Amino acid sequence: MSASASAVCKRKRRNPILPYLLILPTFFFVAMFTAWPTLLAFYQSFFRQRLNIAKFREPIFIGVGNYATLFNDPRFLLVLKNTIIYVLVTAPISIVLGFLFALLINRAIKGIGLARLAFFQPTILPMVSAATIWMFFFTPDYGLWNTFLQRFGYSGPQNWTGNPDLALIAIMIVAIWKNAGYYMIFYLAGLQSLPTDVYEAATLDGASWWQMLWKITFPLLRRTTLFVSTIAFIGAFQMVDHIFVLTKGGPSRASTVLLYYLWQMRFENQDVGKASAITIILIIFLLIFTVTNFALSERKEEEAHA
Amino acid sequence: MPDAVSPRGFWSKLGYWLVLLFTGLLALLWAVPVIWAFVASTRPPSEPLGRGDVWFGSSLTLVNYATAMSLAPFKLYYINTILIVTMILGVQLITITLAGFAFAHYKFMGKQLLLFFILLQLMIPTTALLAPNFSTIRALGLFDTRLAIAIPYFGSAFGTFLMRQAFLEVPRDLVDAGVIDGCNWWQLLRHIYLPPSKSMLVAFGLSSVVWHWNEFLWPLVVTNSDKSRPLTAGLVRFTQLGEIGAQWSLLTAATLLVAAPLFIVFLIFQRQFIQSFVHSGLK
Repeated sequence: MSASASAVCKRKRRNPILPYLLILPTFFFVAMFTAWPTLLAFYQSFFRQRLNIAKFREPIFIGVGNYATLFNDPRFLLVLKNTIIYVLVTAPISIVLGFLFALLINRAIKGIGLARLAFFQPTILPMVSAATIWMFFFTPDYGLWNTFLQRFGYSGPQNWTGNPDLALIAIMIVAIWKNAGYYMIFYLAGLQSLPTDVYEAATLDGASWWQMLWKITFPLLRRTTLFVSTIAFIGAFQMVDHIFVLTKGGPSRASTVLLYYLWQMRFENQDVGKASAITIILIIFLLIFTVTNFALSERKEEEAHA
Repeated sequence: MPDAVSPRGFWSKLGYWLVLLFTGLLALLWAVPVIWAFVASTRPPSEPLGRGDVWFGSSLTLVNYATAMSLAPFKLYYINTILIVTMILGVQLITITLAGFAFAHYKFMGKQLLLFFILLQLMIPTTALLAPNFSTIRALGLFDTRLAIAIPYFGSAFGTFLMRQAFLEVPRDLVDAGVIDGCNWWQLLRHIYLPPSKSMLVAFGLSSVVWHWNEFLWPLVVTNSDKSRPLTAGLVRFTQLGEIGAQWSLLTAATLLVAAPLFIVFLIFQRQFIQSFVHSGLK
């Protein structure tokens, strides 16, 4: 490449308006449906506005009133607790299972494609379809889930979606079943890109399979794990479709999580102010997870380069 | 990581087979919901599922599918879902290609800032913004239209980022040659940037289709009649119809109606699907 040619290219790569025009459509939609609603929710969270109560129909400024009410409301605190349990249980278990599935099917033998298919198929199933099927599984008396558990000596309560102690667990089981196979494919791709010579050397050194797993595979898949955990945690906050089918957040809010509560507040209670405050709280949660993951991956990168 | 050590000796052979057995059982367990849904949907209506009897009935039938179709306007739901998914994909392919090209090819003022602004959408997912976005849809007069379901997704930070990455991998020499030959921006994009990036577009397209085919909450919020309601929201209404109750054969038939097209396409293009999910996630 001659110097003059790249000079020409550099000149050509500047254009006073074209790049802005090319970005404009994307910019417009992001501004309209991401930036603007975030600002709007922030603004509205400082007002009392309830659309179904005549005297509160017009917004009235109340400062941090909505936030104060929420954080003093045991119902909201329960929802926060549920959300944290839901996210901190479903995401890690799905990730571990995804990794296990990937380890199990990462071998070139006939029929393994069927196992991969079995693990992956819940990913492309709509969550509401999955929930409808599980609704039968959780049916007391003859639902397959209870029948299955009884084989293993389970004699506890059977109404999984109607029992306050079990409803959240039922929701988590469906979420884990749905997502583990999705995370599996990232680990599978990761496993298949690992250098084989390291393992040959380790085998020669007499390392056991377990040692190789812990000392070589895990560290080499760190990037995959960081990526998967980012999408898993952020995804878990948004995964509420099955709640609409299985429990409607009940009984007595035992299976209500933040996004579902937000929907209830806005569309059942018509409470714009509180719904806005919950939107902001949800965004803060999401940002905390994103930023933490990003910071972790940056630090690990530095360590890896050091 | 290579396979677990190739089996040598009795014990490691036994271990190898035990692992395979375990894999098979686990896979079967994972597939039970879908297999069972299919089985239940073929039971004759005269034989409701009951205690100790949850497998095939005395004969196979498709009547449940027909009944489900007659109890709710699934045909309309299909049309709506297909139109919505196509509309989103069509617009997205254009917007992400143009924006990705601008970010990969040009130098301009405020480039980093604009990229960061667009990537905000990755940090604040559209799902979380359903309350304020609902107000916007209302203000635009789009409530209860298919466009209302699609429009928030017309710009995609994720897609823009993917296309930028794909375009950045196009060899510079190739681009420079195009520039020297006097290609305008459209020709550069069409003949130099796009051909090697097609697999990325396909990857993004597949995951976009799956995602929006399956989406439920946003369509639920911005629709209130069958003329705009997609399959997912239709199914949930269907499950709550009074006359359905616990007729599981009917419910499973409806469930599979919603999932079937995507499932069949997936079975045919399994490899590309899985590849595309990996691509669109990892790059």
